[in-house]
Amino acid sequence: MKPYRTIVKDGLWDNNMVAGQLLAMCPAMAVTATATNGLGMGLATTVVLVASNVLVASIRQLVPSAVRIPIFIVLIATLVTLVDMALNAWLHDLYKVLGLFIALIVVNCGILGRAESFASKSPIAASAVDGLAMGLGFTLSLVAIGSVRELLGSGSLFSQAHLLLGPAFAFLEMKFFDGGALLMILPPGGFIVLGLLLAGKRIWEARRAERRRNLEVSASAA
Amino acid sequence: MSEPLSLERLRPTIPYQAAALAVTVMTASLALSFAEGFTRGPIEHAIAEDTRRSLAEVLPTGSFDNDPGTDRLEARDGDIPVVVHIARQAGVPSAVVLETSTRGYSGEIGLVVGIDREGKVTGVRVTRHSETPGLGDKIEVAKSDWVHHFVGRHLADPDPARWAVRKDGGVFDQFAGATITPRAVVGAVKRSLELYAREHERWFARREAS
Repeated sequence: MKPYRTIVKDGLWDNNMVAGQLLAMCPAMAVTATATNGLGMGLATTVVLVASNVLVASIRQLVPSAVRIPIFIVLIATLVTLVDMALNAWLHDLYKVLGLFIALIVVNCGILGRAESFASKSPIAASAVDGLAMGLGFTLSLVAIGSVRELLGSGSLFSQAHLLLGPAFAFLEMKFFDGGALLMILPPGGFIVLGLLLAGKRIWEARRAERRRNLEVSASAA
Repeated sequence: MSEPLSLERLRPTIPYQAAALAVTVMTASLALSFAEGFTRGPIEHAIAEDTRRSLAEVLPTGSFDNDPGTDRLEARDGDIPVVVHIARQAGVPSAVVLETSTRGYSGEIGLVVGIDREGKVTGVRVTRHSETPGLGDKIEVAKSDWVHHFVGRHLADPDPARWAVRKDGGVFDQFAGATITPRAVVGAVKRSLELYAREHERWFARREAS
């Protein structure tokens, strides 16, 4: 089994859901017009992801591999619907902010991806850690895309954060200039920023690999 | 050791797979129907509370002592269903709130329009929409004070031809980069006033709902 350190690093960076696995593109494109929306979607997904990973890991020995996909889909859809109803009933104000995102989580293939490629083969605790790390990595990517789009598109950062996180977080809301490039807020902006994010991650990793190789060369030379 | 071994042998068989699927689906349905039963009441309550709050926002405070949320009747404006809430002071109608909708740039915009006895707008709020974030969403009161410009207007102020956005020769601002959304909202408010002018006598003639 992978050590926890690797699981966390995988989720946050190496195998990041958006920037590494290229999964969950639909929610990543749809809601990231602002950084706050990215944060909301990311956090809601994290909660569902941890719960679904734990659930799948705990029944993994009972599930026959031939029908595992339909079983996982039913479990995830049920879980999301339960979260949706519970929030709507008991945390209605939060639901009004997050409701849009929760319905979108059902179509998030990243969650099925984790159930299939990790939780169905791993113990419960490791699956929970994987869900948490993957969820936070997803949140990170969404906030990054959302920040760039919001900054270039409307000249602000984390606008409406107080609606999501409560009035105490109003200090996050920043306004730099009025107007901005409309294109960034519209869907094409999402694709452009995602492309730049992917390219940036590749360049960074290539540079780092090269630096390591140079170090090794100089070390062996010395 | 015999337990995991027998499970190992059972798992690939068709009856086991069918049973696993059936049990999963049954458990899921059971869980959902129980949860639906538990949450139905609180959800209805929360939605009613939302409606009450948005009604109170478009009516002048202290202008009514009934619960306009339950004092309601249904009307039609062409093919748009409209819910009419009647605010009363000591049983006498003092204002109405129309829950109506219109087509925006991307999908339906739901709004509530408060109108007093003289036919003046007392307030407008958008209750739901899916307009472009950063452009069309300035119709939300949380993001812009644009909807406040309707307060105090009536069918003769501005005159009917100027009840439109500036681009169409009217008096209401459109937004930079978005004309369709504010045009839809201006149109919906105007239609609400016209509906009120046509029908309010019939609405007020109705006995107060108990």
